[in-house]
Amino acid sequence: MKTIFFVILTAAITNNYVLVKFLGICPFLGVSKKLDQATGMSLAVIFVEVLAAAVTWPIYHLLLDGGIDFTYMETVVFILVIAALVQFVEIVLKKYVPSLHKALGVYLPLITTNCGVLGVTLNNITDGFNFRDSVLTALGCGLGFFLAMVIFSGVRSRVEEATPPKAFEGLPITLVSAAIVSLSFFGFAGILTNLFG
Amino acid sequence: MTKMQNFLKGLVKENPTLVLVLGTCPTLAISTSVVAAFGMGIAATVVLICSNMAISALRNTIPDRVRIPCYIVLVAGFVTVVELVMEAYAYSLYQSLGVYLALIVVNCIILGRAEMYANKHGVVDSAIDGLGMGLGFTLAICSMATIREILGAGSWCGIPIPWFHDNPIGILTIAPGGFFVFGCMIALVNKITKGKAIKKKEFGCMGCMLCEKGCGKEEKQ
Repeated sequence: MKTIFFVILTAAITNNYVLVKFLGICPFLGVSKKLDQATGMSLAVIFVEVLAAAVTWPIYHLLLDGGIDFTYMETVVFILVIAALVQFVEIVLKKYVPSLHKALGVYLPLITTNCGVLGVTLNNITDGFNFRDSVLTALGCGLGFFLAMVIFSGVRSRVEEATPPKAFEGLPITLVSAAIVSLSFFGFAGILTNLFG
Repeated sequence: MTKMQNFLKGLVKENPTLVLVLGTCPTLAISTSVVAAFGMGIAATVVLICSNMAISALRNTIPDRVRIPCYIVLVAGFVTVVELVMEAYAYSLYQSLGVYLALIVVNCIILGRAEMYANKHGVVDSAIDGLGMGLGFTLAICSMATIREILGAGSWCGIPIPWFHDNPIGILTIAPGGFFVFGCMIALVNKITKGKAIKKKEFGCMGCMLCEKGCGKEEKQ
């Protein structure tokens, strides 16, 4: 139980994918203007990341790493699996859970090229996690993305009303405020090893 | 447009990082050291030239409806080649780039150029466009790394710089510094071009065609 929390919280907070590792910046900057859009995008990311991690782990360990060494193909195989998975999820949701599809549908196609999803599957392999930890890390990363998006959309709605110097209007001031939000996550560094270590 | 203009637009007028604001993830993550940034830039340039040429050569063969998956597979193939070459001949660089090397696959610059340029133009023009865009990316990421490494670590390419080495601003080498320096650089571009450059494309996400499709849909709803 303790390790489960440790793995999730590490991925969500101390190794936050957006604010600490810079993965998935495009949706972070692009879709964080409104809270409901930010929530929809984050839920879709959590969903796809967990599924992708659960699917790519067996593929890597049973197919690519079993018998003949095909591990160098991981990038090609993983991106294909993720693209197919996103399509598949979209079709299934459309057919069976139309309400969920309506909420997440718009965001699903964007996720194929979200670095976070490919990043978490590749990192799980590099870090040598077992199946449980891989899925938990993916869940943690998704939750971390959600957290960052929600916090940042709140910050942004205030920034939109401010009047920065002309050159800083728009994207530059957004990046500077992202720097400050990111700084707050560094305050958590070391807290988990002290809590659980 | 002459070949020279085609090459130069990637470097300055349509710089993929600072004007089109594409591929922000590697720019922010790798720009802590100049050597790694240069390696990243060259790796992305090689992939961009190869993928632009392949996509432009196959532009009449690839069916329009499944073009995005086709592009992704082509790009992923070239990235794997670059990865294997780098692992064999530049192992320390390979290690310092880490997962970001594989993530060139989902770099918006590459898919963006495929969609915006390579599938409409000839092989030679696409190669030149890829070279220009790739070098523009290299230039931007290296100049950002220069700022962050000199001010944050007090060195340039690992060579200590006298006064800065004793007074490093450590925060610039970690994540918040990346966001901050990038924001300032874009503000500078805004200032120089009087806000003309970036306004026409509102956000990095929009520049990439996949996102454009999604975000467009989203706004209509």
